[in-house]
Amino acid sequence: MATSAILVPVMDVTLRVNGVEHVLDIEPRVTLLDALREYLGLTGTKKGCDQGACGACTVLVDGRRINACLTLAVMQPGRAITTIEGLAQGDVLHPLQRAFIDQDGFQCGYCTAGQIMSGVALIAEGHTRSDAEIREFMSGNICRCGAYPNILAAIKAAAGGSA
Amino acid sequence: MESFTYARATETAAAIAAHDAASAFIAGGTDLLQLLKAGIQSPRHLVDINALDMAAIEVTPAGARIGALARMADVADHPGIVEHFPALSQALLLSASAQLRNMASMGGNLLQRTRCTYFRDPAPAACNKRRPGSGCAAIGGENRLHAILGGSDACVATHPSDLAVALVALDAVVRLQGPAGQRTVPVEDFYTLPGATPHIESVLRQGELVVGIDLPGSARARRSHYLKVRDRASYEFALTSAAVGLDLDIQAGTVRSACVAMGGVGTRPWRLRAVEAALVDAPVDDPATWRTAAARATDGARPLEHNGFKVELAKRTVQRALEETAALR
Repeated sequence: MATSAILVPVMDVTLRVNGVEHVLDIEPRVTLLDALREYLGLTGTKKGCDQGACGACTVLVDGRRINACLTLAVMQPGRAITTIEGLAQGDVLHPLQRAFIDQDGFQCGYCTAGQIMSGVALIAEGHTRSDAEIREFMSGNICRCGAYPNILAAIKAAAGGSA
Repeated sequence: MESFTYARATETAAAIAAHDAASAFIAGGTDLLQLLKAGIQSPRHLVDINALDMAAIEVTPAGARIGALARMADVADHPGIVEHFPALSQALLLSASAQLRNMASMGGNLLQRTRCTYFRDPAPAACNKRRPGSGCAAIGGENRLHAILGGSDACVATHPSDLAVALVALDAVVRLQGPAGQRTVPVEDFYTLPGATPHIESVLRQGELVVGIDLPGSARARRSHYLKVRDRASYEFALTSAAVGLDLDIQAGTVRSACVAMGGVGTRPWRLRAVEAALVDAPVDDPATWRTAAARATDGARPLEHNGFKVELAKRTVQRALEETAALR
């Protein structure tokens, strides 16, 4: 029986994450989520469903919110990627992080990084004109603990502050 | 995911020429990567087409030309689309989540595959779409979300795209480019019925790319509306949905013409020409107009064990969509 050599197609990819450039030598099938967590040690972004249904893996790419589990690291060179680790300025929390603490917007905390990243983009998009609009445009982030009322309150508090 | 090689295309014709049966084009990747992770598809080579010049959105009163790489979020928010094709914008905003709409391309949305759980789970369930000839587990199994229109003895999987339903109602065409050149196909003719070959889902040929979507402007496109009925308030595929456009003769108080298509109920988006015919010259201020026309929505429906409720729900969805469209502005 003939056997064929299995060539592992490793590629160079340069990812710019939270303002820092990293050169990775990885297979194309590595998702952005796995690159962040497993190769860069940035474990703030969470893997919930790994199929785009929960939003726990939400990060910003050029300011737009995406699910890191459903894109490949090799597809994101040259883009400005922001993760939860990149929101605070040193010890100064981002206003939305502050609001999640003040409004008690989490219980177990597993969805929280994704909620906050999604909420930062939501506020920048301007979809904060009503409770209904916030809920609709945050519907890609689910919370098993059911902290939704306080997540809503945190987003409103932060959005009101920046209006 | 099975391993694959990856390359970024810089030129459309070259990308098409290099494509073979073991390759897959990737744009947003939001459905393709799910299929790869589940082991349902395993291309040996991915061709990233995101650098191709196919993302422009151009709208005039005469119509719209939308590049296949335009992201769903950008099309939904485009002022020209909102003004001249509101049902299209609504269908997009009712799809998926904000994160997915930022990633997903218009062409990719059209080519997304069914959510049927027997298709999506690669465990040994019979699925003629995934493994031709293996049977259909849904017909005698859990089929609450499956199709009442367009099914066959081989497959009853529902088509999942809201965008496709709006495009069918709005008389859109897809522009395709392949090894043999360019062609256009009405979206209404783009998807095939499962018949005996459910593994074939569209008329797209090997190596062909969806490069754009064109829509003709019209009075009924400007007075159009998309209604989506779901188990949850948001972020879920449709139980039933309807895209409606009405051209109203305001002076006479009648309908000049209508376009109606349904989602969630068919193996492909379902154009409702019988409903449309029943609306011509019908009086706008008589509630019976919408109910009578909507009663034709499920002609030929064949419910399964768990989805009989869709027959009545479909009619009511069409009726409500018509009422809401007539009441616009």
